[in-house]
Amino acid sequence: MKIHQTGIAGTLESSDITIHIEANEGKGIWIELKSTVENQFGKQIRYIIKDTLQKQDVTDVFVRAIDKGALDCTIRARVLTALSRAANCSLKLWEVK
Amino acid sequence: MGRLRRTMLYVPGNNPGMIRDAHIYGSDSIMLDLEDSISIKEKDAARMLVYQSLKTLDYGNTEVIVRVNGLNSPFGRDDFEAIARAKPDGIRLPKTETPEEVQEADELITQIERQSGLEQGTIKLIAAVESALGVINAFRIATASKRLIGIAIGAEDFVTDMRTSRSADGIELLAARGQVLLAARAAGIDALDTVFSDINDEEGFTREVKLIKQMGFDGKSIINPRQIDIVHRVFTPTNEEVGKASRIMEAIREAEKKGLGVISLEGKMIDKPIVERAGRVLELYDAAAKNYALRGDRHA
Repeated sequence: MKIHQTGIAGTLESSDITIHIEANEGKGIWIELKSTVENQFGKQIRYIIKDTLQKQDVTDVFVRAIDKGALDCTIRARVLTALSRAANCSLKLWEVK
Repeated sequence: MGRLRRTMLYVPGNNPGMIRDAHIYGSDSIMLDLEDSISIKEKDAARMLVYQSLKTLDYGNTEVIVRVNGLNSPFGRDDFEAIARAKPDGIRLPKTETPEEVQEADELITQIERQSGLEQGTIKLIAAVESALGVINAFRIATASKRLIGIAIGAEDFVTDMRTSRSADGIELLAARGQVLLAARAAGIDALDTVFSDINDEEGFTREVKLIKQMGFDGKSIINPRQIDIVHRVFTPTNEEVGKASRIMEAIREAEKKGLGVISLEGKMIDKPIVERAGRVLELYDAAAKNYALRGDRHA
């Protein structure tokens, strides 16, 4: 999937996560995370973000995430929405993988 | 008796905290909303959030309905494609005006069920009528699909269409509520009333719940967890009603044993409609008591 522009999804409200995605040509997946539960769940949040991107065959992106205690399903939803906006695509992301 | 639908709690489909907690307040159903509570720019985000949440969260015994955007909007088809794959108990169609709209939704769900290996007919439909045309067509809408489990009235759009506004006694909704109720009963599905928007007016809300219960509605859409207990209290038969219904059923059993056709109880003739009503009171009480056992509903 080709990243054409910056894609943002989510809010700063409790239980949500803001995901900011932009292209990172040739430099792999880079994640910058700020979380209210970083000490306990930082590793898991990073894993969910990376796994969601890899399942869409995304390899070179810079992700800035501000987490307010989001569940895994919310993290996946916000990453996919930001990705869809960044790729400016109307892919039916629920149909794949 | 089928599933109780006394309370259907609206939950904005782009709020992860509310989606996570929606079922803990004890409403009979929750309705995750992709329509009017979501701005145009966030339709994609809400659709994805509701889809991922439904695939992950366990709402236990609470019925899960998703209100999608209409198929005549730019978002309706994508909503169906995503949400039907996440397998909620039902999908609510907003602003329904013709039976053809229900049939189109039915066919779309059938296709998705086939593609995703779901048993045909698993996902149910609720049609909301919110205009004069929708109300006029209520019976044709209520009988347009075997998936339909209920028909609901949406008052805010309806009163706008009727060039009036909502009042305390609800006179402007009387004809529409009656029409929707008749359509539901003739079709054998549930009749669901509209929201009451002022959450601080408990007295007005209680008055409206008593009115729609007396009219014959099965339940009401609600916008705040504070409204749940009030509706459940009104819809749960009193001890006096349960006692009377039990005595009627006991008298009928005795009469059958003795081979009597017509009987009287406490000086009044007991005939078939009275027995049917008594049976419904007991069923409603049993269902409420079962909910109490499952979820701790205080007014069962």
